[in-house]
Amino acid sequence: MSVLVYTESEQGKLKKVAFEVASYAKAVANLLGTTVTAITINTEDTSELGAYGVDKILNVTNEQLNTFCATSYAEAIKQAAQKEASKVVVLSSSANSKYLAPLVAVSLNAGYVSNVIEAPSNTAPFTVKRTAFTNKAFEQTAINTEVKILGVSNNAFGLVEHNGAAAVESFSPEISESGVKVESVDKASNKVSIADADIVVSGGRGLKGPENWGMIEELADVLGAATACSKPVSDLGWRPHGEHVGQTGKPVAANLYIAIGISGAIQHLAGINASKVKVVINTDSEAPFFKAADYGVVGDAFEVVPQLIEKLKAFKAQQ
Amino acid sequence: MKILVCISHVPDTTSKINFTEDNTLFDTNGVQFIINPNDEFGLTRAMWFKEKQGAHVTVVNVGQVDTEPTLRKALAIGADEAIRVNFKPADGFSVAKQLANVVKTGGYDLVIAGRESIDYNGGMVPGMIAGLTNINFVNTCIGIEVEGNHATVIREIDGGKETVRTSLPLVIGVQKGIVEESDLRIPNMRGIMMARKKPLTVLEPVESNSETTSVIFEKPAPKGAIKMVDTDNLDELVNLLHNEAKVI
Ligand SMILES: Cc1cc2nc3c(=O)[nH]c(=O)nc-3n(C[C@H](O)[C@H](O)[C@H](O)COP(=O)(O)OP(=O)(O)OC[C@H]3O[C@@H](n4cnc5c(N)ncnc54)[C@H](O)[C@@H]3O)c2cc1C
Repeated sequence: MSVLVYTESEQGKLKKVAFEVASYAKAVANLLGTTVTAITINTEDTSELGAYGVDKILNVTNEQLNTFCATSYAEAIKQAAQKEASKVVVLSSSANSKYLAPLVAVSLNAGYVSNVIEAPSNTAPFTVKRTAFTNKAFEQTAINTEVKILGVSNNAFGLVEHNGAAAVESFSPEISESGVKVESVDKASNKVSIADADIVVSGGRGLKGPENWGMIEELADVLGAATACSKPVSDLGWRPHGEHVGQTGKPVAANLYIAIGISGAIQHLAGINASKVKVVINTDSEAPFFKAADYGVVGDAFEVVPQLIEKLKAFKAQQ
Repeated sequence: MKILVCISHVPDTTSKINFTEDNTLFDTNGVQFIINPNDEFGLTRAMWFKEKQGAHVTVVNVGQVDTEPTLRKALAIGADEAIRVNFKPADGFSVAKQLANVVKTGGYDLVIAGRESIDYNGGMVPGMIAGLTNINFVNTCIGIEVEGNHATVIREIDGGKETVRTSLPLVIGVQKGIVEESDLRIPNMRGIMMARKKPLTVLEPVESNSETTSVIFEKPAPKGAIKMVDTDNLDELVNLLHNEAKVI
């Protein structure tokens, strides 16, 4: 009956989002009066999970799962859910979890709700709040099936620490041969991804050209942030598509979003609105972004950003 | 190659989002509907296959009669035929069940669906079609090449991309990058005229109950006032972000 949570790792190390989904699963378990079981796949050190409410860990070690494969991972999660007789399965909103979630839902004949931002508001009928219309609205959704799959938005629920330790059990699900094989992975290992970032520094057309991104990257570096951009910037080829954020790009739900030379078009704002604190730097005080932001600087990015970098460096040096 | 492109009929990106019936229904009053942007990228890639490698392209929508103009637009862009499954979508799962039935009976080699629709943002339809039909699936695709029975697909992952090899039949969830923005086509007069004559078949739905039910909608609380910081006082910005917002 325990709530099952898939706690992801990367190169054997648990990701931050794993602790957030574990915290969420614990909240659900409390409402249902049950425990939390986490499934980990090829994770070296699972000891931290207990501190986020996990009671038991099903630890899978399997060479076949060394590279991510949605169908195989979905099979493992499904079998874990069956073993635990779980009625609720909690997943994150990482690209991989969003990939496998619908497969898990079909295999368990379970209703799946994505972009969940709060603990269930009701357990009968089981009801959760999610974002819809790209953050322009919230939707309370009831799940009618016996088994329920919840995809939790990044950075919405947060981390909740508990006093506890989890028992570890090794688990060997049966994995069938997959028809999709990874040939190569191309990932900058030294960069923070937008999905995992606490802070995102984003540049728009106001930056005039790709040659001016040095200061954006430097600002991101100082803050340990990911870099992003508006849609025209990626359409013009100034920055890679993977950095395009907004309604038709990636969603951003960071703690801090800094928009530089971005006007704040409705499609842009929709995608980044879930971020907690927004800063805008723009020459035009009438730019719509000023209506959506928490802090604003009316000024030329080419003057403001280099100064801000210096100030932040001084601040970081003091810390 | 037989290609099926799933088309979701969604409010234009500039739409004001309002609700009626005590906030239980999306208010379509004054709303313009478009082809879901991710689906349009997929349709455009299908057109490329049709022109470069030869393909028959069918577009499909699960919806009521009001979605037909959106399907006609897809035909005007160049799809060969359209199917509408006469069903009022209840949730992503119920839509996927209808689409899976079309996929099973149609014998398609490649099924293309947007990674996510911009209205309910469920992000589940392509994966569920694959799960229900038991065919290969790659999500967040930003590139695909097909040679004979094999496909090489580039998929976006968090912080990068990966290349995968798979075989047809195949379901892909697509997004921008599968084609560029500049590749999108605006239907011309000839396309619009031809679209009127292309077949649009209405299929009756298979039985499906919905796994989830929308209960009520809410709109975000209005935003508090912005704090402005002078360009010659950026220490204050650092201070606010640290002490007030507590984000650095
Ligand atoms: C269907 C559809 C989907 C879309 N989806 C998205 C999406 O997902 N994401 C997205 O971003 N957009 C999206 N758009 C595009 C959106 O409508 C805007 O065109 C786009 O966001 C504008 O990008 P921008 O702010 O970089 O450029 P602009 O609107 O050109 O704004 C540039 C800003 O820079 C400021 N500026 C100029 N010089 C300086 C300087 N030296 N220092 C500081 N500021 C300066 C200007 O005052 C201006 O406000 C979509 C549009 C459509 C139709």
